[in-house]
Amino acid sequence: TSNMKLILIFSALFGASLCLETFVGHQVLRIETRNEEEVKKLQLLESLEHLELDFWINPSTPDLPVDVRIPANSVQAVKAFLESHGIEYSILIEDLQVVLDKEKEDMAYSQQRDRSSNSFNYGTYHTLDSIYAELDHLASEYGHIVSKLQIGKSYEKRPLYVLKFSTGGSNRPAIWIDAGIHSREWVTQATAIWIAKKIASDYGKSPSITSLLNKMDIFLLTVTNPDGYVFTHTTNRMWRKTRSKNRGSPCVGVDPNRNWDAGFGGPGASSNPCSDSYRGPSANSEVEVKSVVNFIKNHGNIRAFLTLHSYSQLLMYPYGYKCTEPADSAELDALARAAASSIQSLYGTTFTVGSICTTIYQASGGSIDWSYDYGIKYSFAFELRDTGRYGFLLPASQIIPTAEETWLGLQKIMEHVRDNPY
Amino acid sequence: DIDDVGHKYHLELVLEDVLDKDSTVNCTAEVLYHLGNKNIAPDVQFTIEGELKNTDEADNIFYNRIKSLEKELVAENIPDSHGNVSPEMEPIHLLAWVASGYVIWQNSTENTKFQLAQIKHVKQVKRSDEYLEFDYMILLHEMVSQEIIPWQMTVLWHPQHGVQVTQDSRQPKHA
Repeated sequence: TSNMKLILIFSALFGASLCLETFVGHQVLRIETRNEEEVKKLQLLESLEHLELDFWINPSTPDLPVDVRIPANSVQAVKAFLESHGIEYSILIEDLQVVLDKEKEDMAYSQQRDRSSNSFNYGTYHTLDSIYAELDHLASEYGHIVSKLQIGKSYEKRPLYVLKFSTGGSNRPAIWIDAGIHSREWVTQATAIWIAKKIASDYGKSPSITSLLNKMDIFLLTVTNPDGYVFTHTTNRMWRKTRSKNRGSPCVGVDPNRNWDAGFGGPGASSNPCSDSYRGPSANSEVEVKSVVNFIKNHGNIRAFLTLHSYSQLLMYPYGYKCTEPADSAELDALARAAASSIQSLYGTTFTVGSICTTIYQASGGSIDWSYDYGIKYSFAFELRDTGRYGFLLPASQIIPTAEETWLGLQKIMEHVRDNPY
Repeated sequence: DIDDVGHKYHLELVLEDVLDKDSTVNCTAEVLYHLGNKNIAPDVQFTIEGELKNTDEADNIFYNRIKSLEKELVAENIPDSHGNVSPEMEPIHLLAWVASGYVIWQNSTENTKFQLAQIKHVKQVKRSDEYLEFDYMILLHEMVSQEIIPWQMTVLWHPQHGVQVTQDSRQPKHA
């Protein structure tokens, strides 16, 4: 009988059937059945599992076509069978892998296009103007939760812009995050703008961000040292300090992270204006630092102070200006470890945890020492990727992975702040 | 602490192949920082447990490529501002890495931590013998002071004879 013949033919293929990972050579046929007998024949075909036929539309009634994906090495046999029974078919897809490859290509292209049209490419480094334009774009697109504030002007009169993330209330407890205080640490400004987008777009979707913003506000300063940042683009990629003129010296700039009023003048900062760790003539002499201090004091309800630096992969708490432990060291250490663990969970990036003094070096006039002594218990400094292979010149391809993992660490800390009011 | 001599550190470390993260080898080392005279490099003794990968093939490809260049190689800013290193420049980058390791060793104390930050400029110097010679201007990042220090180094290399730094000098920083 023809059914017997069918079983014989396809059984012979049993040994030859492969387990394929790809769809190279797979064809999708559309079979137009004319009567119940033809439908029954296709149902028999369906039952032969070793053919690994994948019916996209199963044979059930002659009124409907039957679409079936056929692995490469079964194609000829199936066609021979259909033809020998006079069953009509057409080829919907000649080679499925080609279609899949094109689809993948299209997706990549349109993702690229989305990033490069009027959309901001978060996976590349940007000029100051480009970042500032994106701040406006975010404040406009997510106006219900994002607003842009100016907290002051840099030495060269560039605006210092902070994004405020808030769902309302009046002077809610808030979290402060800043990036780019040292201008050559490009991955920090890039991470900050990605985080801005993340918070804005995930509100209402992510339970964590939503519950956080329902209770607290977030203030994000994406470029703390805009003069330095511009200088790294125009003149010297390795510039760290501000661009303020120093009286009586040809050397320009003050290390803004030695300029805070915390152990100012102590060891771990230089008194030489030509040094990259020059503390400045006095605490808060740098307008960039003073602007942040004023904002925080005027706000009066900042509960966490988080600052981003690169490189070295460290998560640190106070103190830098002295090597004694802060009163809250146990809690800060535990929280930092939990945050480092979250960071590691994504791409395996390991962060070392500890106080500034014991982890890197004694350094006076640092921002988180000031914020902690001011009363902001949750004060942490991050040093992001990498550990020296590229250092400050971190390839742009690592921006988004860095931002994604850093976000997990920040989120862990912010959740703890939310759940532990003080 | 070793009285009147200096500070000795015993280290156990794992070396990881920068080009193949899964390839690691254990290493033990002893480093002696000399008391007083900071112009002497620390003494280093080390033992590698196991073998380093053979790189003859890649070495020879690079060697032959440079040997057959019509004009001497010249390049700058490796990596560039965005962290890019072109594939052709990767061996030049790696060579600088090795050579700067020597310079760093010679200039290290217990209070310094150097990293190669960037190659500002590299120029091949023609030689009549089989060695390749490169004149590098590199930037070293010193972590404790946060300074970026320009440094000139002359590097010789040959696939079978290895790397040599024949000359090096710290350069003045421009304001």
